Formats: sequence, C-alpha cells, structure tokens
Amino acid sequence: MPQPIYLDHNATTPLHPEVKRVVVEMLEVFGNPSSLHTFGREARERVDAARAKVAALVHARPEEVVFTGSGSEANNTVLSLLRCTKETCRCVLGSRRGLVTTAIEHPCVLETAKFLRRLGHPVTFLGVDRQGRIDLEALRAALTPEVGLVSIMTANNEIGTIQDILAAARLAHEVGALFHTDAVQAAGKIPVDVAAWEVDFLTLSAHKIYGPKGVGALVVRGNMPICPLILGGHQEAGRRAGTENTIGIVAMGEAARQRQLEMAAEAPRLAALRDGLRRGILENIPDVIVNGHPEHTLPGTLNVSFLGVEGEAILLYLDAVGIAVSTGSACASGSLEPSHVIMALGVPVEYAHGSIRISLGRETTEKDIERMLVELPPIIAKLRAISSAYRRKP
Amino acid sequence: MTKWVYSETVRDHFLNPRNVLRDEDPESFDAVGRTGNVKCGDEMVVYLKVDPERLVITDCKWQTYGCASAIASTSMLSEMVRGMSLEDAARITPKDIFSALGGLPDNKVHCSVLGDKALRAAIEDYYRRHGLEDRLQALGPRVVCHCLNVTEADIEEAVLEGARSFEELQERTKVGTGCGECQDEARQVLATLVEKHFGLSGRA
Repeated sequence: MPQPIYLDHNATTPLHPEVKRVVVEMLEVFGNPSSLHTFGREARERVDAARAKVAALVHARPEEVVFTGSGSEANNTVLSLLRCTKETCRCVLGSRRGLVTTAIEHPCVLETAKFLRRLGHPVTFLGVDRQGRIDLEALRAALTPEVGLVSIMTANNEIGTIQDILAAARLAHEVGALFHTDAVQAAGKIPVDVAAWEVDFLTLSAHKIYGPKGVGALVVRGNMPICPLILGGHQEAGRRAGTENTIGIVAMGEAARQRQLEMAAEAPRLAALRDGLRRGILENIPDVIVNGHPEHTLPGTLNVSFLGVEGEAILLYLDAVGIAVSTGSACASGSLEPSHVIMALGVPVEYAHGSIRISLGRETTEKDIERMLVELPPIIAKLRAISSAYRRKP
Repeated sequence: MTKWVYSETVRDHFLNPRNVLRDEDPESFDAVGRTGNVKCGDEMVVYLKVDPERLVITDCKWQTYGCASAIASTSMLSEMVRGMSLEDAARITPKDIFSALGGLPDNKVHCSVLGDKALRAAIEDYYRRHGLEDRLQALGPRVVCHCLNVTEADIEEAVLEGARSFEELQERTKVGTGCGECQDEARQVLATLVEKHFGLSGRA
C-alpha cells in the first residue's frame, strides 16, 4: 500500500519537527517552575517564554495566558464562572447567571452549558443557518439582562464555518455581558486577535497546532480575576492549580511560534487544495452536499455529505486504502443521532448520516488530493451499489 | 498494520460483501423483508428465493444502507441462510450473526440485530404471499423497537421485573431510544402488559 495520507487535521495534528526538537530538549529540564532554586528558575524561564509565544499568536499579553490541561478544560473554566457563588472570590461575572451559546459548539461547551441549565441557569442555544453562521439579530434578542456570558466558537471543527466574532462580542458588551470564543480550530489557521475582536476570553489547544496533546490555554483579557476550576495551588497566578506541564507548555509555545511563521503562506495553499478537492468531488460524484460557508471558512476544512451512504462505511473504506478522514456519523460514535452540527445546518437526514470531514494540514500535498480524488468516487459508487437507500438513476 | 476496529471476518465481509442485489429484478424473488430506516442510519432489505416444496431458501440477496457492521452482518447472514429451511432461518438470532462475524463492539450490536429482523420480515412476507399465514404464529414474539431489537417478550419481561412507566421500561430495554418511531406503540404494549399482569394501567 502507498504511504498513508492523513486528512484529519481538525481532529489532531502531527508534531511539528521543531516542536519535536523542543520536546526532546525539555526532557532534560525537570525543575518545578515554582521552585526558587536554579532548577526551578530554568523551568520558569522556559514556561514564561512559551507564554509569550502563545500570547503573540493571538495578540494577547503574556500575563493574559493561563495554561490548562486541554482546550476542553479552558472552556469548562470559562463557563463554570457562571456558577461561582461570589462569596469567596472577586469573580468577574458578578451576579448574572445566564449563558448564551450556539447549537454547534464543541461538546465540551455544549455539555457544560447543559449542566449549567440543570443547575437552574438560563441557557440559550442559538441556531445557525444553512452555512453554519449564527444570526446576529437572534443573538441580540437572546441578550437579556440576566445574561452574564456569551460563548461562540470562532470556527467550527466539523464544517470550518467562521463566525463574526467582533460583531458578536460587541453585542454582548452592549448589554454588559462578557464574551468568550473557543478558537481551538481557528488559531494557527487564520489570524486570531483578541484585542481587535474585543473578546474577554479565548480558548486554545496545542495539539491542533502541531503541538502535543494534554495542554491548552485560556486567554483572560485584561487579567480579570476568575474563579479557578482546579483548586489547590497558586500556579498560573492563582487561576489554575497544579504543577505546570512544562514539557507540554514549552512545546505549545514552539508550536505557536511556528504557526506564526508558517500560517500566512500555508493558508492560501491549503485553501487552493481544498477548493480543488471540492471541485473534484462535485464533478465526479453525483448527489453530494457541501457543508459550510463558501467564504467564511477555514482554509483546509471540507465537509461533504453523500446521499444514501453512511459516513463510517466511507471512512473505513478510505482507511482500507490508506486515507484518514473523519465522520460525524452516528454509527462511528455509537449513538443513533448524526452529528449535532450537520443536523443544526438542516441537512436532510438521508444526507446527514453520510457526512465526512476532510481536513488538510501543513504536510498535505497536491498529490494527496489527487489520490483522494482517485479513491473516493469508486468507494462512494460501491457503497451506493450496496445501499438500499440510494436509487440508481437509469 | 494496527488492529482493525472490527474482526477480520467483519472486515472481509465489509470490503468484499457477498450476495448483494445488483442487476437482478427484485420482482423475481419470492419474498422481501425490509427493516430499519434512513433516519436511524441503518436500513436493510433482504430478498429470498424459496423452494416451494421443501420451504428451503435457495437464494438470498440484500441491500444495506449503514455502517461497516451493518453491511458485514447482512453479507454474513446471506451466506448463513442459503440452503436453510424457512423455519430454521427464522430462528437465527443476532447472537448467531455476531458469533459468525467473530464478535462486534458493544455499540454496534444493534446493527447486526437488524439483519435477523429483515430476514424475519422476508420470511413473514413469504408466508403471507403463499397462503401460509398459519405458520406466522410459530415465528415467536413480535419486534416492537426495530432500532434496538426490543420484542414484546422483552417488554413483558421488563414489566415482570418491575418496570411500570415508559421511562422505567426504557431504562431496562432501551426501547424507543433510537429513531423513536416505536414509542407510541411501545407505550401501548407496556400499558396492555401492565394491565394484563397487574390489573392497573401504566403511568405511561
């Protein structure tokens, strides 16, 4: 079999070679950044340098970056501010308990939001249009005086649609609510700017930007006081307890630096490859829906739905020829519901189960796309020939 | 090569499915059974040719819309039933199918469960079309929830074990947690069975 092709970069990315180098180097640096001696200070210096690099990727100040164990933890931290009792901290959210978010967030936001609702918090899930964008008028209408926090992802992981974050943040601020955006998928792919976008909180993850798993960051603008989710230590200026994951943090810093160096040239290259792939699919396969926004979208993400075939079957047939993609299909996740994102778009159900996400990355080549376009059409044709839900046209 | 998510047998039947209905005329078959639906993400149609003298399956073709295990299990089933009497074929259980496949992950069991359902529907269809309705009775308990393969007998068992409300029934049997289409029917069956055994109507 030829070299396998990885087209699932929105799930996770391979380590950047420079990040690998830094990780190996860091294996020798074992000091606890909280220690005052030489060993500790060396670790501290490196963590602080990484903080500055991560901050630079999103135009934040270094002290605004709080390292966490994942993007999910960062998102949980922000949303959990709403259930602060305000008795023991100077938490920034005051007494407003309401949350407004969207129906297409990552499960770590959706599930935390549902948990808040079970605790009695007013929670609104905004729907999206056929291209995956929220309606700003619907957001405005949802912004009642009880809303303390608005959380809207910058770019969607499954379909790549990018929201108008500045406009949404301004609406939130107009009524005195704070604004959070989960930029895990956007950062390192498109320019992200916490200052220009006027956001209060922003979430990042290292393993989506060619860094390691197990480290993320929450950017807290203006160094606002927040309740930590993890208690029991002074680390991260009291905002996240636990001895720092020094190797992971330093690797994330390098990953962020490399993104800043590579992103500008890479984005148009990936967009062109993605457009070629989309064109090739539409020209060679009938009964296909392309999901997402034609313009406001991540450069390397393509989500397509095929009528009458099921996503996991497509994924595994592609895997058998050495091509890795992902599916939000029910069968792959073990539930019976197709992806909440694809359903929120209003994709007809006979298409929705047959959705796959193809996400390109820095090592994706034109040859990879060509091979995908050779392999995919016969796979879809074969599965449709088996399918009871695809009517062959005479 | 790393281990596949399914057994080698599943992989083989998935990548090289046997007995798929392709160019044949569906009308040339003696019976058809359909189960599942597109909403659930799994749908299967089984076509049978039957020797009318001996009531033995001489050919079984199929079409399946679904994931790897759904495709593999229908393919396996089509091989299992050839040469089998209708009576024996009707006794094939989901367990028979996934043993033949070398096992399935837990969350995939419902897919293979559809195979035996489609087959059973085809057998029922044959009996009806050929004036053999008297044999339907012998086929055993009727399936209520086709997504999760919950039969009337399963519901009765749950009721006898203490389920009274529809929620309690769902906790025990998962009935109606797939596409949800059978929920009304399941509530009726529950009420009837609660009435039958305890003389009171269910809280469903």
